[in-house]
Amino acid sequence: MHEMGIANAVLDAVRVEALRFPGSHVCKVALRIGELAGVAPDSLSFCFEALVRGTEMEPLTLEIQYCPRRHQCRRCGCSFSAGIEGLPCPECGGVDSFFAGGDELEIAYLEVEDGARTAGT
Amino acid sequence: MERVPLERKVLNENARVASELRVRFTERGILCLNLISSPGSGKTTLLERTLESFPASERVALLTGDIQTENDARRLARFGFPVKQITTGGTCHLDARMIERALADWVLEDIDLLLIENVGNLVCPSSYDLGEAAKIVVLSVTEGEEKPLKYPSIFFKSELMILNKTDLLPHVPFDVAAAEQNARQIHAGIEIVRVSCMNRDGVDNWLGWLQRKRAAARLAAVSATQP
Repeated sequence: MHEMGIANAVLDAVRVEALRFPGSHVCKVALRIGELAGVAPDSLSFCFEALVRGTEMEPLTLEIQYCPRRHQCRRCGCSFSAGIEGLPCPECGGVDSFFAGGDELEIAYLEVEDGARTAGT
Repeated sequence: MERVPLERKVLNENARVASELRVRFTERGILCLNLISSPGSGKTTLLERTLESFPASERVALLTGDIQTENDARRLARFGFPVKQITTGGTCHLDARMIERALADWVLEDIDLLLIENVGNLVCPSSYDLGEAAKIVVLSVTEGEEKPLKYPSIFFKSELMILNKTDLLPHVPFDVAAAEQNARQIHAGIEIVRVSCMNRDGVDNWLGWLQRKRAAARLAAVSATQP
């Protein structure tokens, strides 16, 4: 599985971004993971914790926002959670919709402890 | 505590390298395809059937990924086209950097079709863009028709599904219609070609798909260079 590599890539990003906040500590990183991203959240959390433990990055927590597959209806324009079973629009029953999200593998935000405000960005 | 929005891809370094590769391929009219499947679904045999149909003058090159061994590259090298094995040494997928390194000593002007056989794995390769024009998922009839529902990511991201080993259909309880319906439930626009690499049924349909994509890639490169 590739969750260790994904966790490493997250930590690389945290290290790079942390340079923008000298003297501060990044204490949380939040990810958006879509159900079609091919990444297992539990496995990723396990790898993340293993990589952080005992390093100068502690304490650093991982928040995962799991994003279900979403579609948008071409008829009424409403967005809805599509899952993998059947796709009719829950508002108008239309069957013509397009993919509107659910393959995310993104870092949404970091939380930086106080002191960050003095940093130039 | 301050919240700092980032809005960046986790694999943005891979995405950066992949997009550089994609520019190099599209500018030169090279069609790059990324073949993904479970281990043992027949990717290498499909490539053998493909290469044996090509004249010696064909401008094709192959990269084949495996965790260990050079066996696949040896099988594919028999046809006389450039082949390079990428052994990942444990990694379960190819990434864009591996492709960039493998291409370093090849002259891209000499090829217009690059076939990449990914490591046998239906999960991890789906997360890594290699700069390809399209991903192709190979599903064999010995695997079960629910694969698209169990591994939606790769079926969602693939432009073509090759249903392989159809010669075995009389011997295995595999429901072709259900498998294809499952794939379309995940990805309504997925194209599907049924193939047997043993008796060559459907191989010409696959080759036809390939030639249409190659023509489109050449045309796109030519129109991009027009003022």
